[in-house]
Amino acid sequence: MDNDLVVVKKNSTVIPKASRRTELWKRIKKNKFMYLMILPGILYFLIYKYLPMYGLIIAFQDYKPYLGISGSEWVGFDHFKRLFSEPDFWFIFRNTLLLFVLQLVIFFPIPIFLALMLNEVRNQAFKKTVQTIVYIPHFMSWVIIVSICYVILTLDGGVVNGILESLGFQKINFLLSDEWFRPMYILQVIWREAGWGTIIFLAAIAAVDPQLYEAARMDGANRLQQMIHITLPAIKSVIVVLLILKIGDILELGFEHVFLLLNASNRNVAEIFDTYVYTTGLQQGQFSYSTAVGFFKGIVGLILVMFANWLAKKSGEEGVY
Amino acid sequence: MVEDKSIGSRLFNWTNITLLTIISLLTILPFFHVVASSFTTSAELAAKRFVLIPTEWSIAAYQYIFSTDTVFRALGVSIGVTFFGTLWSMLLSVLTAYGLSRKDLVGRRFIMFFIIFTMLFNGGMIPTFLVVKETGLLDSYLSLIMPVSINAFNMIILKSFFQGLPDGLEESAKIDGCNDFGILFRIVLPCSMPVIATISLFYAVTYWNTYMHAILYLNDATKWPIQVLLRQIVVLAGGMNYDGANYTDVPPPEQTVKMAVIVVATIPVLLVYPFLQKHFAKGALLGSMKE
Repeated sequence: MDNDLVVVKKNSTVIPKASRRTELWKRIKKNKFMYLMILPGILYFLIYKYLPMYGLIIAFQDYKPYLGISGSEWVGFDHFKRLFSEPDFWFIFRNTLLLFVLQLVIFFPIPIFLALMLNEVRNQAFKKTVQTIVYIPHFMSWVIIVSICYVILTLDGGVVNGILESLGFQKINFLLSDEWFRPMYILQVIWREAGWGTIIFLAAIAAVDPQLYEAARMDGANRLQQMIHITLPAIKSVIVVLLILKIGDILELGFEHVFLLLNASNRNVAEIFDTYVYTTGLQQGQFSYSTAVGFFKGIVGLILVMFANWLAKKSGEEGVY
Repeated sequence: MVEDKSIGSRLFNWTNITLLTIISLLTILPFFHVVASSFTTSAELAAKRFVLIPTEWSIAAYQYIFSTDTVFRALGVSIGVTFFGTLWSMLLSVLTAYGLSRKDLVGRRFIMFFIIFTMLFNGGMIPTFLVVKETGLLDSYLSLIMPVSINAFNMIILKSFFQGLPDGLEESAKIDGCNDFGILFRIVLPCSMPVIATISLFYAVTYWNTYMHAILYLNDATKWPIQVLLRQIVVLAGGMNYDGANYTDVPPPEQTVKMAVIVVATIPVLLVYPFLQKHFAKGALLGSMKE
């Protein structure tokens, strides 16, 4: 009864709630098969996405597999306190941050340059060939990318060290050294993703009005000037949106990738939050602590996505979410 | 558009073309080197290091890797998981996407948020592992498929495609007495073959390339897909081991053998690549669009 009154108050034209309910029910019933279709998908997301979110509460427990979530003891924020006081925390934080900076500063501009260069190619067959080639690595798994680098860079029989040796240089142990981890990481990211990354910029460039170039040429602008003063400003908004998306991705540095490169001798520079979760959680069996680490990472990621999106909207671009 | 024929413009063209040629070569040469090396003898590879066209051809490396059933079995697992995984993922994705493409669906916005939120935040590795364990999938091939049944991005691409189809299609079918399932399978799907093909290939490549889930969920080495075996042979056997658990006293495999395993794991993707290429750019663009 109370509810009915509220409805009447809210609506100036008084519609009895009962009939609105049948109206809604009719609409739902009309689409009953559609709900049936969505059901398996919903169940998937519930079980494999939302149930693990519920499972995050073990970050506040001393979870014992044989006791389960209901039987395990609550410990509050102990695991988080431990994370921040671990000596490992700061170097993992630094490693994660540095890989992100590398992605942003070194990787991010490359697809833009590549797209600009591709756009200047007049011979369509050549352009298509280059595109076909640079897209290929995107479809290779990280295992393949890292394996290829491994056989090329290894000390025993790798081609790069072979060349270094024949030129009279010292061999370099790329795979096990601290200082080569980051260059190797970012070069592999570039190799795999730079070509693929051009697609969205090329699409944006294709939308530029050709008359603009015509007019610029009348004014005596050369090709490079046209590129800088017409093409680049025209795709600025796409660049901004993608940059923002990238910021939101700060902590998604590719567990699959880093995990393959990580070994006992480069752990100082290669251990990031994701790999730390794996080592402490699945290898050492500290489920609760590693869940807390993952939770911390997830929350920071979520906040950054929100922040980036807010920034996008504020700078006059459409938000992404 | 009048072509600019000035010297500056030509110089610009040639620099550009030269740079792009170098970039393409750098991208593709490692693959070439690996394929060529896998078809040469260990002796030649050890002597020359950089092989692009073998002078001494040899299939010894392939004979070696196929001499036991380890690689066959791993390939079999990968093919099986890729085939059934793609079918399963497509079935679920298409059903969900089509359901959500109906604009008058009550609760549609909420369900979309429910799905998109999982792209922004998730339970992370350990809680997901525990759910996989609780649902009894550990050491089962299903653990490589069920936890990744739907990729939200792919589902959204399908949904935007279905939304773009003319309404008249469905109306006429409805008059003929089809229910929603009939409309989807008899009318909508036949009209959507390009996007279906693209998304299927996206899923297939993902399943073929999967290795993390196998490492997390499969303890039984006989169930490993080819990617995990590749990591084992190339990355771990050479001393890049971090697991600690996998050390063996077996001497590391020869370079040519490693090359051959890489080729075997790569070839299927290269085979579908021409088909993939026809559509994927469009798919990638749709995926980057807003819901």
